[in-house]
Amino acid sequence: MLKYLIPLFIFVVMAIFLALGLKLKPSEIPSPLIGKPVPAFSAPKLDDPSQNLSPADLKGQVWLFNVWASWCVSCREEHEVLTQFSGQKAVTIIGLNYKDDPAAAKNWLQSLGNPYNVSIMDQDGRIGIDWGVYGVPETFVVDKQGIVRYKHTGPVNAEQIQNLFLPMIAKLQAEA
Amino acid sequence: MLKILSLGVLLMLPCLAGAVDAHQMATPELQKTYESINSELRCLVCQNQTIADSNAELAGDLRRQVGEMLEQGKSKQDIIDFMTERYGDFVLYKPPFKGKTTLLWLAPGLFLVMGVVTVFFVVRRRKSLSTAVIINSEQQKKISGLLDEGDGS
Repeated sequence: MLKYLIPLFIFVVMAIFLALGLKLKPSEIPSPLIGKPVPAFSAPKLDDPSQNLSPADLKGQVWLFNVWASWCVSCREEHEVLTQFSGQKAVTIIGLNYKDDPAAAKNWLQSLGNPYNVSIMDQDGRIGIDWGVYGVPETFVVDKQGIVRYKHTGPVNAEQIQNLFLPMIAKLQAEA
Repeated sequence: MLKILSLGVLLMLPCLAGAVDAHQMATPELQKTYESINSELRCLVCQNQTIADSNAELAGDLRRQVGEMLEQGKSKQDIIDFMTERYGDFVLYKPPFKGKTTLLWLAPGLFLVMGVVTVFFVVRRRKSLSTAVIINSEQQKKISGLLDEGDGS
């Protein structure tokens, strides 16, 4: 009896581990920023480089920090979703125009629509490094106290907006 | 002749591609530290490469960051801390030994022990299974004969 049970047991254990392995996404690296204050920055705005934006300007509001670039193919896919979402005015959306040519970036927003309240420029990618950006697009959710609460890597789709971002934003808006 | 020459030049081109844009540090010691840090940090984009090996744009930016921090007089540990604060332990090619990574570090030893124990039991069982067979001299002769025959072929 034991002779048959042992292989069965080994099979079950392996099956469980392999099933868990299937669900892992090795390309999604957990961010150590979650639960920590947003990295400090002060960066020129895309539409008016003479003005800077820093996290202090956003204190007291919940905001999304979306990393995008005109050269990024999957940003285009996400852009439509974001533009629709921004129409709901549920939350402030700040764009980080990552390692992009300002002219190309402006062009992109003009032809495809602008979901961002403000976009700031990070031409040499330094702000990106501070936020641990490794794959564009990335989206962070920041609460009223300026604490990073969530990070999403890759394009956000409409379903995730509906089922994940909206409930989270509502919850964070309700916080003091 | 010209064809062979140009082929030779073409074949040598990949050597150039292998050298990623290395930052030149002021002193040989700094250069050594710079290279050793780069070979310990993972490129987040192409996850099986270090930033020293990778041509990805992010790897280039991270190398620049390492170079600048060294020039500012930061230590190797400062730079490693800077990177893990932003990208997590994942950025380290050699993960640190701590609660979460205990299994990762101990598993190879664990599997070795399991293997040794299994072999031990299998061998012991085999031994007890093989029972002595008693044969008489007639049979012994036959066996020797057969064995000799085998040698002859």
